[in-house]
Amino acid sequence: MGDNLISVNNVSVNFDYQENFISKKQKIHAVNNINIKIKKGSFFGLVGESGSGKTTLGRAILGANKISSGNVIFHDDERDYDLTNMNKQDLKEYRKKAQLIFQDPYAALSPRMTVRDIIAEPLEVMKITNSRQETDERVRDIAAKCRLNIEHLRRFPHAFSGGQRQRISIARALVSNPKFIVADESVAALDVSIQADILNLLKHLQSELNLTYLFISHDLSVVAHVCDVVAVMYLGHIVEMGPSRELFKNPKHSYTKALLSSIPSIDPEKRSEAIELKGEIPSALNPPPGCVFRTRCPNPGIDCKGGEITMGLTEVEPGHWVDQCCVL
Amino acid sequence: MSHLLEVKNLDVKFDTDEGRITAVENISLSVDQGEVLGIVGESGSGKSVTAKSIMKLNPGNTSYNEDAEIILDNENVLQFTSKQDLKKIRGGKVSMIFQEPMASFAPAIKIGAQMVEQLLIHKNINKDEAKSISINMLKRVGIADAEKRFNQYAFELSGGMRQRAMIAMALSTMPKLLLADEPTTALDVTIQAQVINLIKDIIKEYQMGVIFITHDLGVIAQVADHVAVMYLGSVVEKGPVNEILKNPKHPYTKGLLQALPDINNLDAPLSPIPGNIPSPLDRPTGCVFRTRCPHHNPEGKDGKIEMKLIEVEPGHWVDQCGIQCGQNG
Repeated sequence: MGDNLISVNNVSVNFDYQENFISKKQKIHAVNNINIKIKKGSFFGLVGESGSGKTTLGRAILGANKISSGNVIFHDDERDYDLTNMNKQDLKEYRKKAQLIFQDPYAALSPRMTVRDIIAEPLEVMKITNSRQETDERVRDIAAKCRLNIEHLRRFPHAFSGGQRQRISIARALVSNPKFIVADESVAALDVSIQADILNLLKHLQSELNLTYLFISHDLSVVAHVCDVVAVMYLGHIVEMGPSRELFKNPKHSYTKALLSSIPSIDPEKRSEAIELKGEIPSALNPPPGCVFRTRCPNPGIDCKGGEITMGLTEVEPGHWVDQCCVL
Repeated sequence: MSHLLEVKNLDVKFDTDEGRITAVENISLSVDQGEVLGIVGESGSGKSVTAKSIMKLNPGNTSYNEDAEIILDNENVLQFTSKQDLKKIRGGKVSMIFQEPMASFAPAIKIGAQMVEQLLIHKNINKDEAKSISINMLKRVGIADAEKRFNQYAFELSGGMRQRAMIAMALSTMPKLLLADEPTTALDVTIQAQVINLIKDIIKEYQMGVIFITHDLGVIAQVADHVAVMYLGSVVEKGPVNEILKNPKHPYTKGLLQALPDINNLDAPLSPIPGNIPSPLDRPTGCVFRTRCPHHNPEGKDGKIEMKLIEVEPGHWVDQCGIQCGQNG
């Protein structure tokens, strides 16, 4: 287990759902039987459409969602944390080591706090620093690393642009000196020119501070650029996973192929080569039995049409896993 | 030849507590029938303000310059003041599709009722006819069970479906000009591909002019015939889509293209445009892009070069300061 930071073993997350108080209780299968290993120092990408369960999985790994079955192990230097079986003390320790960067930098920062207070809050809440002086020192230190000026610290968030605000969110997530960061759509709300800047910053901080990322995004070109390993999710399942170059050059699953072809090409001469997927992602309340993608699959096999093939990943190349329905 | 829409020398200014803001300065654009004009730029570049001016939808503190003209179908929209005249353009000759379809439908009124309402205002027809036109339009945009959806509320539809309904509603009055303001930004890529194909089909079928606003150059490459690149309220480059994307001249257009992660070229570094878009309250004099321009054109840096578009190739216009920057390196 030496070089893994996070092991996700057979994790499922279900939510109870009741349409109104007399109707039957149902289960929403948000995340189903996920197995992933995140290596230390890697940039692990999680892609998929909205409703595919990316965020739920990310939150489950942070211990912010209840895990219904399976377990998540965080391998720290001295000891392992089992997220499904953790006491309050351990959870507090874990929170210092695993942090989240949110999507919308406009909603994530309190308008009534100065930037200094926003960045310092985790230190105070987690009681990491003992004196105000120490806190200020750490705040200044991390702010400089995130390329914020010292005079910015006295201002309020409304004075900043989207890119600067996202840098404040990043500083706040990093101030407790975490090892693992979940970045949930952290560049989705930004303009392209600023998006490139934030991505470069995340990359730079990774090598400087020895970070491991779980990068959640719906934008495949962004994921292809920054991530080492990518998992493609659809309706709560991972349908394909592998080293990002290999996966984007040689996609095996028909969903990955369709997603890749849907990215609008920058070349005006290459118009509408998209494999158009019909319809929309089905409801997680009653997912189709067997292969979950078969209701939209452009080239379904005979067996999977009947839903006889269960979901399960098969290794087609070293490290490149594809759902078995699409391998057959 | 007269264009369907011609915008000439348009300035848009807002009076705010902090002073007068120049949102758009000296813009000239034209759209022909059956043609898609793409407008790209970062947030705050004045794309939406330009589009809203065409329907005179900007708020009360807006002032337009006196020599500006927005000629739609041989009439100057800017001179319309009466409600009767404005009604003709808003939802009649011009329709708009917005980014967030959830926010554009009234949440407590059924989708069908909203579609019928606007048809009754703009067309001389009765309720039954309006209903059948609406249902046909819903079918045309690919909504299954159109009769059922007609009687549902916006929250009962998924994101892609809502955007289709929005398009159906905008098209049902048969506008001559369609303004699409970031219509695919809130959608997933697979749904985005469906919506883009739908819009392209419909333009062909109804021969309307379209202004397509987006910050995504990939989407522009897929739908637009002509492109205008906007920065801080000014058009810095415009021309046929092929020219702009393959042979960009202005450093801002080049910067936008370089900042875009390209899935076919993973080794290319992502190069952001340095700095932030300045506040419109302290708009740079001269070339608006000079505060972020990577090139050092001494005169341009001092703000001594005025903004002026020059034709470098037939139909391809570039701001004069940008041409010099491009030549210098």
